[in-house]
Amino acid sequence: MRRSHSPRQDSRVATTIDGQGAARTDARVSDVGWNLVFACWLIATASTLGALFFSEVMSLPPCVLCWYQRIFIFPLVLLLPVGLFPFDPKIVRYALPLAVVGWSLAFFHVLLTYGLIPESIRPCTQGVPCALNQIEWFGFVSIPLLSLVAFSVINALLLVTHYKVSR
Amino acid sequence: MKRKTLFISAAVALLAAFVVGTLVYQSQKADTAQALARQSLLVRDHAPTVGPAEAKVHIVEFLDPACETCRSFYPFVKRMVAANPGKVRVSVRYAPFHKNSDYVVKVLEATRKQGKYWEALEALFATQSRWAPNHSPDPDLVWRQLEGLGLDLERVRHDMNAPDIARTVAQDIADAKALNVTQTPEFFVNGKPMPSFGYEQLTALVNDALATAYR
Repeated sequence: MRRSHSPRQDSRVATTIDGQGAARTDARVSDVGWNLVFACWLIATASTLGALFFSEVMSLPPCVLCWYQRIFIFPLVLLLPVGLFPFDPKIVRYALPLAVVGWSLAFFHVLLTYGLIPESIRPCTQGVPCALNQIEWFGFVSIPLLSLVAFSVINALLLVTHYKVSR
Repeated sequence: MKRKTLFISAAVALLAAFVVGTLVYQSQKADTAQALARQSLLVRDHAPTVGPAEAKVHIVEFLDPACETCRSFYPFVKRMVAANPGKVRVSVRYAPFHKNSDYVVKVLEATRKQGKYWEALEALFATQSRWAPNHSPDPDLVWRQLEGLGLDLERVRHDMNAPDIARTVAQDIADAKALNVTQTPEFFVNGKPMPSFGYEQLTALVNDALATAYR
């Protein structure tokens, strides 16, 4: 009889273990979410500083489409940290609209630079032509392409965060 | 706590990268501006130049016709140009540091008007010890060395006092001063001076420029 446990006791033990396990999983999920949003913030901040470097330090004038993309990436630098401290999974809902619109603009801009969009629907004719590549690294990396890559990664990470954390 | 530290250090790192990038970019731009400014002092249209205009390696030599080292460098430079046909050109600028050297420079410039510049320069280098004994050029002895080149020496005597020649010499002296040329010969290869003086250093500088321009 000494070795046997009462069923009540057993179930209590099981509950405790389950509760700890769930808490541990929750913490791990929230850690993953935090890291993903933090990565988004790193990309947004690097992109913002990079954009400022091109325009303010290298004195390359941003074209109209560049300005619209800036409108959608600059706020992320301030918005994402609000959702990081303390971690709030809802940040995905607030950040995603900006990231999606920014991505669409970047995609449009890249098509424009590759000449895949006809002249007539180009929205920007004043100032710097948007189809003009001011930078070409390794023969194919342009500023619009960098923007598209940044927005794509941010969108992807935000979606992963959404599916991992906020179910 | 860990998260805050991570966030703050990332923010600081990104900002530091931006600041360092700005400083590096600006100092590079300043260097280019300086090199361009120097290039405009180095390369003047009036300078006698041998070699094709499309040659990508440009040696600018500041020389004094009475300078002995200039004389011994002359065939050396000539050989370098011949060894790289079409790729190297040489411009001669004057730094007449010896007394009366400016007189000889004016004579040389006047021979250009008869298309005999390089012949005259070579003749004067070849006979340097005769007209410039003990490093002191004797204007009267110069003329004798130019006989036999087919030059109209009377015309040279007249042309050497032309105002454009005076301007050339004055400009060269001013540029030499601005470029901090204090000894002759001084060589600039595509704007770069020799790190220290010597045949090997000049060869290395030219080979570097050739490797960069024609890779």
